[in-house]
Amino acid sequence: MLYREAGQFKTTYVSDASIFPLREDRTGLILIIIAAYALAFLGNSFLLQAVMIPFLVFSLASIGLNILTGYTGLLSLGTGAFMGVGAYACYKLMTAFPGVNVIVWIFVSGFFSAAIGALFGLPSLRIKGFYLAVATLAAQFFLQWCFIRIPWLVNYNVSGALDAPLRTLFGIPIMGPNATPQTRYLLVLTIVIVLTWLASNLVHGRIGRMWIAIRDMDLAAELMGIRPLQTKLLAFAVSSYYCGVAGALMVFMWYGGAEYDVFNINQSFFVLFMVIIGGLGSLIGSFFGAALIFIMPIVLGIVLPALLSPFGISVGADTIEHLRFMIVGALIIFFLIVEPHGLARLWQIGKQKLLVWPFPY
Amino acid sequence: MRAPDHPVLSKGDVLLAVENVSLGFGGVKALTDVSFDIRKSEIRAIIGPNGAGKTSMLNCINGFYYPTEGSITFRGIKRPKMRPYEAARGGIARTFQNVALFKSMSTLDNIMAGRSIKMRSNFFWQLFRHGPAMKEEVEHRKFVEEIIDFLEIQHIRKTPVGRLPYGLQKRVELGRALAMEPDLLLLDEPMAGMNLEEKEDMSRFILEVNQQYGTTIALIEHDMGVVMDLSDRVVVLEYGRKIADGTPDEVKRDQRVIDAYLGVAH
Repeated sequence: MLYREAGQFKTTYVSDASIFPLREDRTGLILIIIAAYALAFLGNSFLLQAVMIPFLVFSLASIGLNILTGYTGLLSLGTGAFMGVGAYACYKLMTAFPGVNVIVWIFVSGFFSAAIGALFGLPSLRIKGFYLAVATLAAQFFLQWCFIRIPWLVNYNVSGALDAPLRTLFGIPIMGPNATPQTRYLLVLTIVIVLTWLASNLVHGRIGRMWIAIRDMDLAAELMGIRPLQTKLLAFAVSSYYCGVAGALMVFMWYGGAEYDVFNINQSFFVLFMVIIGGLGSLIGSFFGAALIFIMPIVLGIVLPALLSPFGISVGADTIEHLRFMIVGALIIFFLIVEPHGLARLWQIGKQKLLVWPFPY
Repeated sequence: MRAPDHPVLSKGDVLLAVENVSLGFGGVKALTDVSFDIRKSEIRAIIGPNGAGKTSMLNCINGFYYPTEGSITFRGIKRPKMRPYEAARGGIARTFQNVALFKSMSTLDNIMAGRSIKMRSNFFWQLFRHGPAMKEEVEHRKFVEEIIDFLEIQHIRKTPVGRLPYGLQKRVELGRALAMEPDLLLLDEPMAGMNLEEKEDMSRFILEVNQQYGTTIALIEHDMGVVMDLSDRVVVLEYGRKIADGTPDEVKRDQRVIDAYLGVAH
């Protein structure tokens, strides 16, 4: 009864073209955003630092990869490296120009990974599918090699690691060891909301339609005057921009410092799994995927010992760890069997059922 | 004063001329020395038995293939080697033998995607979905709604096209091609696999497009009744060669055409 389409008439094309046509959806979205901000003041620092910040960072990276793989249909295994480009660019920029606010540099660093991403996207005109994945794998290895071998990238720091310098906004530390999880969470949340909104605008307009056209039927798209190379490169650039910003946020807002190997191939796979399980071609799916892959193991790690202890079964920490892997793996397979199109499709089906509930006829 | 790039053509002028076109893939010759023309505002049918090279001919016209020999002149300008999207931007639209819609998109979005080349607002406004981007979206939506009304597909406006029955998919595909406001519309078997009623509807749409908008149409079709009723002129291909060219009545009486379709007694 709460969720109904009936009675909501669209009288202009502008309102009919809105991204959330249902009043209930809009209300729900606003409530979720308010709840997310409220969490900064209600949650403890473990929840913010170890759960929410990384969840948001991975959601952003998933949105990036989803634009490329989900919307445009180009498989990429270079996500980790593109995140790295963002992080290293951000480091160089904020140490070279410490006077400019670091938030500016986080946004600017994305442009560097966008440029690198577009460069490595060039083969996509000729090759598709798994072959393209292998071509992007080259980006992954080459860029990671650069991170290790070019000490200039870390300002000749002997440890070879990136570290977050202290930076402030209006006198409040937002980066570095003195920044509280609360301020960092608020900053990351705001950046993710803004970028998600922009991505949603893009995919619902002309550019999004061109991307989907290339994905669904590239020959027909070309015969309608859509330039394949430009469209694909734009997807690579936008996708890498998001990954780059996510990489910068990951190192400087979550870890506080990192070495080159956080941008390895595992990171690429990790984000790819999130996109596949969340739902290809869905922005909300990116959040679901990140939640399932990142938050569920943490929840299991807490819940499992609590579940087992009443039965007198005491298990070691390492057993819990193994169990966690097994359960997460089984759940991933379960979700993929139940709904091969990802959690976003489940969500959609759920909403459609709710529209007609409780009289589905 | 510089001459306009595209001379204004009036009805009956040659819009597209195919001159001595041959097309080979390795040893296989798909087309051999084919010449014909398509005049402004006419309905031109290309017929022939299976494997005669009809679809290859269309593929040459919209830039998928480049003829190994011969040339194609469009709007009085001899065409250089080009990519399909350039042909599309030049005003050639096309539908496919096997429906080639964007399956996950709705009918509306499919036809809107056909307007992509007409849309101009830049990336910045697209990011904010505001100002010129939204204005443009609404303007083109109006045009698309006209096409939807014309093709009588209002009820499936928001349905993903992958779920539609075949006949409707063909209709949406025609709508998507019309959204490009083409000068030359190529239809590859627009009525394949349709029942009589759907064929009648489709024929009506083709005639109306031709008469209302003056769109030049070249179509490939196997249903001889449809071809003879719709088209102004017919070109007949067999084994990659042109065997007849003329009005439906002339072609019908041509002995080589009869032989090609019915076979020759040996």
